[in-house]
Amino acid sequence: MYAVMESADKRQDDQKQRVETLFRNLIVQVAQQRDRQAFSQLFDHFAPRLKSFMMRKNTSAELAEDLVQEAMIAVWNKAGLYEPSKGSVTTWVFTIARNLRIDRARRDVHMPMTELGDYDEPSEEPEGEELLGRKQEDGLVARALQAIPEEQRQILILSFVDEMPQSEIAARLSIPLGTVKSRMRLAYGHLRRILETGL
Amino acid sequence: MKPTHHLDYSTLLAHAAGTLDEAFSVVAVSHLAVCPTCRAALREAEALGGTLLEQMPGADVSAACRTRTMAAIEGVVPPPPAMRAPPSDLPAPLARLVGARSFDEIAWKRKAPGVAMFDVTLPPGARGQLKLLRIGAGRAMPEHGHGGEEITLVLKGAYRDHMGRFAAGDVADLDEDIEHKPVVEQDGDCICLVATERPTRFKSLAARLMQPFVGI
Repeated sequence: MYAVMESADKRQDDQKQRVETLFRNLIVQVAQQRDRQAFSQLFDHFAPRLKSFMMRKNTSAELAEDLVQEAMIAVWNKAGLYEPSKGSVTTWVFTIARNLRIDRARRDVHMPMTELGDYDEPSEEPEGEELLGRKQEDGLVARALQAIPEEQRQILILSFVDEMPQSEIAARLSIPLGTVKSRMRLAYGHLRRILETGL
Repeated sequence: MKPTHHLDYSTLLAHAAGTLDEAFSVVAVSHLAVCPTCRAALREAEALGGTLLEQMPGADVSAACRTRTMAAIEGVVPPPPAMRAPPSDLPAPLARLVGARSFDEIAWKRKAPGVAMFDVTLPPGARGQLKLLRIGAGRAMPEHGHGGEEITLVLKGAYRDHMGRFAAGDVADLDEDIEHKPVVEQDGDCICLVATERPTRFKSLAARLMQPFVGI
């Protein structure tokens, strides 16, 4: 039984690994050769997901597509800044989309909140970070998400997917704010443990 | 010196998800700027975001959006790399908000003997309140709980309480029910950046500061 599960996990990991390698190659082609064909492949993969991401909190399809366009243009412009040691291409695209959404969803609030450039100097501790990049390819983060208790996963989904602040999550679930925080801490602890030791 | 007191994981996750109130985000980013440990942790939290993005069911994107995007990249001249912020006493994100590069340029308002404060103006619509607080060498703040969300980042000098020593770069990201009695060290002022919720339910930071201060 375990052997079967392991091999299914392994197949999934191999698949994720191949996809991630493909994305990295595409990003390099965009960065170095300004390759439009490579860019259009990235567009076709990410644009639909980005649109879902942008449509949270009742954003109109029209505005969502504007934001998708902006996010993808940022991918085109910033491809040369992508550093594999700091995480997967998908995570990098997520951070671009998140920052754009923060800027635009609060249109009148222009804040230097998430400018990674402010502190993303060439990195210290390359080993740990490279390790994260590799492990993420292995699909460990996805498996960690499956492995944590439902009540913790729910909080992460409400936070990352439904874009709810902690106080809103507390109100929605009728639990104290402190409980929301402690579940987030526990979820992060699980993720950490799984990233460090494997599942 | 690397910081020894860090952001709470729940704060890092909320920051990664983009749901932290603006005032708290400024404190988080200012700490992240000097803390490799929290930067590494933030990347793990962002990997969660990346994974969840990947798992989202895609929405149909119109052909027009694709055409517009492909057309838009034709004429794009990549923006030049951002200039490094000029050297400053203040963390770059805060320096931009305050419009000052040194603590001396700040229009401090005296609140009590040895205590000065400056309200950092956040853009309209931003959530939370942000203040700079300057407390004189050797001063003790009365014992207080936080009765609300609050994160403090030490920018200059140091204070001690029962949790230890908090020096420049350290962040006190505490549960609201923790009470403490910070005492500023003898060798100089301590300047902190403090994010709080809007004082609705709770006694405000300002009100607490009006309580009598005791010199040591």
